[in-house]
Amino acid sequence: MRIGIDVGGTNTDAVLMDGTTVVSSTKTPTTANVSEGIAAALRDVIADSGINTASIDGVMIGTTHFTNAVVERKHLTPTACIRLGLPATVCLPPMVDWPLDLRDIVGGNAHLAHGGHEFDGREISAFEPDEVRDIAEKIKAAGLKAIAISSVFSPVNSIFEEQSAEIVRSVIPDANITLSSEIGRIGLLERENAAIMNSCLRQLAARTVDGFKAALDELRITSPFYISQNDGTLMNADFAKEYPVLTFASGPTNSMRGAAFLSGLKDAIVVDVGGTTTDIGVLQHGFPRVAALAVDIGGVRTNFRMPDTYSIGLGGGSLIQEDPLKVGPRSVGYELTEKALVFGGDVLTATDIIVAGGVSTPREGGSVEGGALNIGDSNVVADLDSGLVEAVQARIMEMIAIAVDRMKTSATPVPVIVVGGGSILVTGEIEGASEIIKPDHFPVANAIGAAIAQVGGECDRIFSLAELSRDEALDQAKQEASDRAVNAGAAAASVDIVDVEEVPLAYLPGNATRIMVKAVGDLRGVLPPGEGGGVERGA
Amino acid sequence: MIESVTLDDTAAIAVGAGILGTGGGGSTYLNRLRLDNELRERGGAVSVIRADDVPDDALVCAVGGMGAPTVSNEKLQEGQEIKRAVRALEDYLRRKVYAIVIGEIGGGNALGPMITALQCDLPVVDGDGMGRAFPELQMDTFMIYGLAPAPFVLADAHGNVSIFKRIGSAEQAEAFARSLTIEMGGSAGLVMPIMSGADMKRTIIRDTLSLAKRIGEAVLDCRARSIEPAETVAALCNGEVIFTGKIVDVNRRTVEGFARGRLKISAFDDFNQQMEIDFQNENLIARLGEDALCTVPDLITLVSLEDGEAIGTESLRYGLRVAVLAMPAPKELKTPEALAVVGPRAFGYEVEFRPMAGDLL
Repeated sequence: MRIGIDVGGTNTDAVLMDGTTVVSSTKTPTTANVSEGIAAALRDVIADSGINTASIDGVMIGTTHFTNAVVERKHLTPTACIRLGLPATVCLPPMVDWPLDLRDIVGGNAHLAHGGHEFDGREISAFEPDEVRDIAEKIKAAGLKAIAISSVFSPVNSIFEEQSAEIVRSVIPDANITLSSEIGRIGLLERENAAIMNSCLRQLAARTVDGFKAALDELRITSPFYISQNDGTLMNADFAKEYPVLTFASGPTNSMRGAAFLSGLKDAIVVDVGGTTTDIGVLQHGFPRVAALAVDIGGVRTNFRMPDTYSIGLGGGSLIQEDPLKVGPRSVGYELTEKALVFGGDVLTATDIIVAGGVSTPREGGSVEGGALNIGDSNVVADLDSGLVEAVQARIMEMIAIAVDRMKTSATPVPVIVVGGGSILVTGEIEGASEIIKPDHFPVANAIGAAIAQVGGECDRIFSLAELSRDEALDQAKQEASDRAVNAGAAAASVDIVDVEEVPLAYLPGNATRIMVKAVGDLRGVLPPGEGGGVERGA
Repeated sequence: MIESVTLDDTAAIAVGAGILGTGGGGSTYLNRLRLDNELRERGGAVSVIRADDVPDDALVCAVGGMGAPTVSNEKLQEGQEIKRAVRALEDYLRRKVYAIVIGEIGGGNALGPMITALQCDLPVVDGDGMGRAFPELQMDTFMIYGLAPAPFVLADAHGNVSIFKRIGSAEQAEAFARSLTIEMGGSAGLVMPIMSGADMKRTIIRDTLSLAKRIGEAVLDCRARSIEPAETVAALCNGEVIFTGKIVDVNRRTVEGFARGRLKISAFDDFNQQMEIDFQNENLIARLGEDALCTVPDLITLVSLEDGEAIGTESLRYGLRVAVLAMPAPKELKTPEALAVVGPRAFGYEVEFRPMAGDLL
């Protein structure tokens, strides 16, 4: 059995799963000390099911904690950056495009050195060990231990980053070093930014992951635990301490993966309705479609492979304005259960309208957990003008339809899976949807997504087709990605290639091509979810 | 017309240059960061002069970056490449350069020359050689109207500077420059052409930097007031919004280093009403049914419906909600000599150029 936990800004959700069956689930408030909320959620699901903790094979945790730390500028460790690429890159030094307040907190301690590679693998300049040693001494003198190292075209060749790390460790034995090649893709500033953020989050990561461990210990759960990454795959606890940035945006990914699992669909649109916003994403081969453009985290540009989601200001707590009719984007948010009319408050929210409308939701594939009609006191809203109720319901469906249309991958109608705590807002047909599916357990799809996650590996580099044939280059890239998945903990036999992207370099002849491959597989040692579930692996 | 460019102007110019980029010209992000840095460090402004204020016998040169955007986003410039190229040129010719000219106003190359101008303490001329973006060196008005391609200069991050003293044609300059750019690591600084004030005034498309700024300011103003900017931009450029809708198909392939493809946009209210656009780095032909509504060199730019940000051909994808702006080319691109180089047939399309009414400016 496995337990999936999703730690959101408002709620901590947990599910206990036996193979593909959800045994029990819970929603509890997120606590300031994240571990306490997790412990509470764990207690709930375990008590609910009455199982023995010894039968738990793995605990998978998805968390927005590290994203929030950057956004809120909290718990960040001052970090130095060494970039190898002189004489190139001088004009835009590390952290040049960071918001000033964040650069101040992180320290802006940046150094440039020789090294780096050209796109075709030639060295930009020779690596100079003494130069790096001098820089390491300066960093030591400044009292810094968190260090990020970037080198031009390190996704093609990371040797200089590795050599620099060795030298830095000889000067600062307990240095905490992130190599840009370990976490990012081509695009120097974006990859370097991610490496710096990673180093500045490591102390927090160590504390947080230890806290998770303590919560599990408290409940005598001895199984390994994992943290989910932005691409819908898992990393083990030790790896998560090393690479906290890889958790960024894991929330939407988990909810989409959970939706895929619950519905059994690989290709669909997922509409995740929360308290304040609705996030719409696209499932392709059972995985979220990734965004093509750079993604800002707390004002810093990165090139992570984030799920391509579109958010609108619509949720269960959205405020209703009557004249002119407006739904959201303002919301009572997590105060819904105090402020909404049906909960004895004095604010007219989307939830009140739905309760007044009596809710008749399409729910293929399952019943609505907890009984959707059984929300608060429906008598309070019995007198609401039925014209208003209908108009708001129509407006909500229109807002969702436009957002779905925006994300669709073809003109043909596609299935739409509705998940999230605010799913009751979906009361009718969605234009352009072939069907609307509200699977069982829809409010905790994100925790389920965490529970069923697999492990993966990526390869992203530029191949010169002068020496290799295109097929050889593709094979090499696939092998690298698969090896990385196995190194990350995947059972070798279960590894599949799920994504291949090839981008020839525009404006240049000479047959250089950038190949990006992603491989995923089931975790070694943890029972795979088995048949019929949503752990599809596309071709 | 503008007389200087300060930190307050770069956001607008970047947005405007993106719109004049007709889908190509590369991102303005890195060059804007660099220009802002340079302006901040120097605490000054880029001085901008009118083309007609340049004396006939003065020496001016156009500058820009050459290479693949994927490479220049990774191997960032050293920063002094083009300045060194300009200095080497002055040494070689034993003459001082009077002003810097923008080679291409569309995309990232609109901002780079202002960095060079600051570094060399020279003014930049309000105008450029394309009035938009084009993929190759022979496609600017300087080459089209017969200025000499040589000497031209390429420079890299190592301080290497290469001066081509003689070259047979603009096409050969393009071929040599591109091969050398690969040797230089896939991105290089280019100074070309070098010309007299008189020749520049005979061939340049005037006032396009001011136009880029006006366009950008209009877009930023619309954003601030939550108005869709497309119609405002069209009016500024004597053009029109020829379609609004959602991208429903993008089909692309790369041939000999150039991204070619076709995209389809469906109208919001009628899926069967579709606009098709052919692109090769830049948007070239917009069709409604069999009818070519707008053809190169007239400008075709897709902007995001809500915020008016130009969408580069590398960022096209299904589902984007766009307005298609069609803007008449500047008159310099519509003569028989120009159409032979930048008309639809020059890009391999068996379509007549059917000019929109009016001129870009």
